Amino acid sequence: MSQAWLTILQRDLLLAFRRRSDVATTVFFFLMVASLFPLGIGPEASVLSNIAPGVLWVAALLAGMISLTRMFAADFTDGSLEQLLLAPQPLAVLVSAKILAHWLVCGLPVVLLAPFIGLQYALPSEALWVLVWSLLLGTPALSLIGAIGAALTLGVRGSGLLVALLVLPLYIPVLIFGAGAVAASQHGMSAQAHLSLLAACSLLSLVLAPLATAAALRISVE
Amino acid sequence: MNWFKYSSPQTFYPLAGRMIPWFAGLATLFALAGLYVSFAIAPTDFQQGEAYRIIFVHVPAAWMSMFIYIIMAAWAGLGLALNARLSAMMAQALAPTGAIFTLLALVTGSLWGKPMWGAWWVWDARLTSELILLFLYIGFMALQSSIDDPRRADRAGALLALVGVVNVPIIYFSVKWWNTLHQGSTINMGAAPKMVATMLIGMLFLALAFWMYTIAVSLMRVRCIMLERERHAEWVQALSGVKS
Repeated sequence: MSQAWLTILQRDLLLAFRRRSDVATTVFFFLMVASLFPLGIGPEASVLSNIAPGVLWVAALLAGMISLTRMFAADFTDGSLEQLLLAPQPLAVLVSAKILAHWLVCGLPVVLLAPFIGLQYALPSEALWVLVWSLLLGTPALSLIGAIGAALTLGVRGSGLLVALLVLPLYIPVLIFGAGAVAASQHGMSAQAHLSLLAACSLLSLVLAPLATAAALRISVE
Repeated sequence: MNWFKYSSPQTFYPLAGRMIPWFAGLATLFALAGLYVSFAIAPTDFQQGEAYRIIFVHVPAAWMSMFIYIIMAAWAGLGLALNARLSAMMAQALAPTGAIFTLLALVTGSLWGKPMWGAWWVWDARLTSELILLFLYIGFMALQSSIDDPRRADRAGALLALVGVVNVPIIYFSVKWWNTLHQGSTINMGAAPKMVATMLIGMLFLALAFWMYTIAVSLMRVRCIMLERERHAEWVQALSGVKS
């Protein structure tokens, strides 16, 4: 079973690197959205550092959301998703490999780039560190919960927007804890509670989301 | 008595039709009793004066918004587990009413909040999670309407409803887990309620009224859904007033 899991992970990573523009689009979307706010609000450092936690987290959220449809869509159209459903290994396990591949390709670059964007927002170094930690702990939850939405809306007209409508309510707690962690460290308080709750969200979705995604895939593919 | 024969749309349709007037009547009676108690009998509040009386709509609406979501998720889950059309239709029928009660709770809360606490809206845990509940209802309705195949729509919606059910305990316990502007729990199962008996009775009457209303309206809606989805079936064609 672990062999199958690794194979799927390698396959998805290979496919993602073959179509590097997909990956780059997510990253550049994050960079552009994060850069739009200073342009719109003005370069005053105190204002920017106040809005930084929320803006950066919302940008990471939106960048994650636009890349969700590509998790299963390509496999759905060429039929390999049906083969995955017919495999003897538990579908939840195989799906977790696909979600991990998605996170490595779309979530991890956001985590790595975030400190540099945070510098644009005049965040102090302590807050930058908490920002990276919060994204590292929170973006897996975003990929996992997003996978449920992506699987439910496979092949549906207008699925890009519909996925956003479906997963955003479930993303809100992650957003609140993530932005709250950075805001807490900016005000000199400990971000421990927020980061712990973020990790709890990720762990809970790690256990439950692959099962829900597998069920959603079976529903969508019939 | 074989109750399972009513799990077919053909047999449930007339039963629902017979049930609706009873629940509508009960809803009217409870509403009249509740409004009488809340306006004529319940005393003036010490701190808030007369304006507190919006509680008699706000709290039952909020209770119903959470309750309907759980019932909707239960019906949807049952439809998913037993592959039953009618259970899924019932979930589909409950969603708009649940969304309306959620919106009512949010709006009455805003109207109450501005004069009493000085803010139309705050982003505290209870208000935010109730707003999330509204988005979940809307997402459920949007997902079902955007999938063409009705059975796939049923199952996808059921999964979404079940995933979202985790939000309801969060709303319920939010005032216990976080320091929020919203009032803490006044009524709980373990202790005597911390409010005057007449106020409690008014709230309970209106909660029952909303509940009976929900049942009546959902049965009306599920009859429409049945007619729409089963329109090619012989029993629908045979109904008087149905144009083939």
